[in-house]
Amino acid sequence: MLDNKQIKRLEAEAVNSAKTRQPLYAARRKIFPKRTSGRFRQFKWLVMAITLGIYYLTPWLRWNRGAFAPDQAVLIDLASRRFYFFFIEIWPQEFYYVAGLLMMAGVGLFLITSTVGRAWCGYTCPQTVWVDLFLVVERAIEGDRNARMKLDAAPWSARKLFLRGSKHAIWLAIAVATGGAWIFYFADAPKLLGEVLSGTAAPVAYGTIAVLTGTTYVLGGLMREQVCTYMCPWPRIQAAMLDENSLTVTYNDWRGEPRSRHAKKVSATGQAVGDCVDCNACVAVCPMGIDIRDGQQLECITCALCIDACDGVMDKLGRERGLISYATLADYNANMALATAGGANPVDPALVRTASGGFVDGLAHFHLGKIFRLRTFIYLGTWLAIGLVLVYSLLTRERLELNVLHDRNPQLVRLSDGAIRNGYTVKLLNMIPEPRTIEVTLEGLDGGEMSIVGIDQAPSRSFSVPVEPDRLKTLKVFVRQPAGQIKKPVQRFEFRIEDNASSESAEYTASFNAQENGR
Amino acid sequence: MSTQYIDDMSGVSTTGHEWDGIRELNNPLPRWWVITFYVTIAWAIGYTIAYPAWPMLSSATRGVLGFSSRGEVKNEMAAAEAAKTKYVAAIKSKSVSEIAGDDALREFAVSAGGAAFRVNCVQCHGSGAQGSKGFPNLNDDDWLWGGKMEQIQQTITHGIRFTADGDTRQSEMPAFADVLQPEQIAQVSAFVASLSGAVKDKSMSEPGAKVFAENCAVCHGENAKGNREFGAPDLTDAIWLYGPGEAAIASQVRAPKGGVMPAWIERLGEIKVKELAVYVHSLGGGE
Repeated sequence: MLDNKQIKRLEAEAVNSAKTRQPLYAARRKIFPKRTSGRFRQFKWLVMAITLGIYYLTPWLRWNRGAFAPDQAVLIDLASRRFYFFFIEIWPQEFYYVAGLLMMAGVGLFLITSTVGRAWCGYTCPQTVWVDLFLVVERAIEGDRNARMKLDAAPWSARKLFLRGSKHAIWLAIAVATGGAWIFYFADAPKLLGEVLSGTAAPVAYGTIAVLTGTTYVLGGLMREQVCTYMCPWPRIQAAMLDENSLTVTYNDWRGEPRSRHAKKVSATGQAVGDCVDCNACVAVCPMGIDIRDGQQLECITCALCIDACDGVMDKLGRERGLISYATLADYNANMALATAGGANPVDPALVRTASGGFVDGLAHFHLGKIFRLRTFIYLGTWLAIGLVLVYSLLTRERLELNVLHDRNPQLVRLSDGAIRNGYTVKLLNMIPEPRTIEVTLEGLDGGEMSIVGIDQAPSRSFSVPVEPDRLKTLKVFVRQPAGQIKKPVQRFEFRIEDNASSESAEYTASFNAQENGR
Repeated sequence: MSTQYIDDMSGVSTTGHEWDGIRELNNPLPRWWVITFYVTIAWAIGYTIAYPAWPMLSSATRGVLGFSSRGEVKNEMAAAEAAKTKYVAAIKSKSVSEIAGDDALREFAVSAGGAAFRVNCVQCHGSGAQGSKGFPNLNDDDWLWGGKMEQIQQTITHGIRFTADGDTRQSEMPAFADVLQPEQIAQVSAFVASLSGAVKDKSMSEPGAKVFAENCAVCHGENAKGNREFGAPDLTDAIWLYGPGEAAIASQVRAPKGGVMPAWIERLGEIKVKELAVYVHSLGGGE
């Protein structure tokens, strides 16, 4: 018999050992953001009112364009492929204006992020605005944070059922209104509203309302912060977009630490005490449910509500505001170095305070000049350049255009008198909502004459063609040149169109083939 | 695997993947995400029950919704046919000239005729209706049997030298190899060639004129302008169905060729024939 100790223990561990096993998935931790008030909360109400106002009211604005175009100020007319924006009308081939606007939106987002951080996320992102709106409803019905937590923990009762039921009913109503407003951008709003209410609108309208109702209700009411944390790519791009001079919502450890619930007692023992009283107000108001005192993190949308909450506490304590504030990483690092004596010690608030309780002079504070740096100028310059190019191109763009396609099969036709005939498809683009008469003229090509299918006129070098408002007119044009005047296998000539009323004109250089494959 | 790396910063273990010192945190998935994943699986199963999916030995499951892409095509074709009925009815009741006079109707007939042309006519007349040797170019202004819309309609309806149709356009040029001396054939060829070009050799073309007057003018006319009653071509213009030049003309005098075009009325019906007539007329040579 061997002793236990004589049996060697092998270095082995089960692969699914409970010590190292991770849960595969985790339930969402419920968040009950507390109501707060302050400067940033005021500003957010204002932004919410403006953004929701723009979203809901824009389709109802009217803009007179005359008898031949819709009078809705902003309209995406998919059926006739036109986009109207106040005095601007865009045809599908002018989609580069939209591409330009998207580029401006992208560069603008970089500009904003590099200066004031995730302001888009915190204030204007639809997800943020609608979650804010849904929270207003939730607070109005179920009460503030503590009441909501209590209700959530309570067993189901008639009261809980009623409160929850009415909350979800109002959320759904908002969601329907959100989805409903969207469709008005794509058709005449007053007419469509009548159709939707009477049940005669197109199925796609109801489908769109249903889909957007679903997404609004689920994303804004149920998913909330999960959308930002798990579904949105933007928080992940932040690491690349923010730099040490970008403003972010920052907990200023250098004046807050060491935090204490019993400042006076601790202070009496001669230990260092920071401004943070560890009241957790910043955590309770956070719609993302995080603790800003852990530092900058992916989940923070910089809505600044923790600043309001903390400022309120500081006011009550009679200390300066700004324990949590918008600050740059550079300022924060400089002040931290100051407060920790270059990182050697833990934070000592005494190092940043004068004897009278004010801050020392060497403290870094944010000033507007920090916004102006090469990077932001490059963004601003790019943004302005794209904008100016768009405006210039918009102001100088042609509203009368022509396209010409030479027949390829056959390239040419020899006629009985020896003349050569070429066929062309000529497209006239009348891009204004008024009917016009366009003069189509042949320039060059000695002795050449044209005839247009469907226009009863003897061959000539000039035709008057009526064009409908805001429409493209396709003409089949035959050009013939007498045998004696053909000089080269391929001759160049111009189709010229002109609107005599407005003296707008356009030209197209086409080729006239007198020989197969003549090139 | 035995030692698990725990990230210092987050206190979370990693997946064991490492790229240049960068490790992937092994955070648990959100539960709703996992539920969504299972919902997509359930959806996929439901989808394969609702729609044709599972392959069997000789066919596949049909799906409880009864969807089939052939059925979709059938419906779309029926809808397209229904959308055309208005135009088709108008084409049926109107003459080709009336069709051409109505912008919308003409546009419809030209595209419908173009489609029919590409199926039935391109084999001889070419994809651009440009023809080739022995097959007339339909773009030009030279017409053997007439270039008015009604005449084109008549040609398409009954064909040319198509004996199965009693109303077909009929004519046959006799072979002159046995009638004329080789010398006379050479002379008349020289004369005909000179009508649309320069006179090369008067000693040939002048006697040729006499041969022409005696033998050819009956059908081709005294001035050689041709006669559409017999499909006799105009010999004074620049267009030659069997090629230009004295040799090609002489060959056609000795042993003439004449193309046959079938009658299309039986096969395509009146509406398609009308559409084709409007289309051919629109190619640029119509009279």
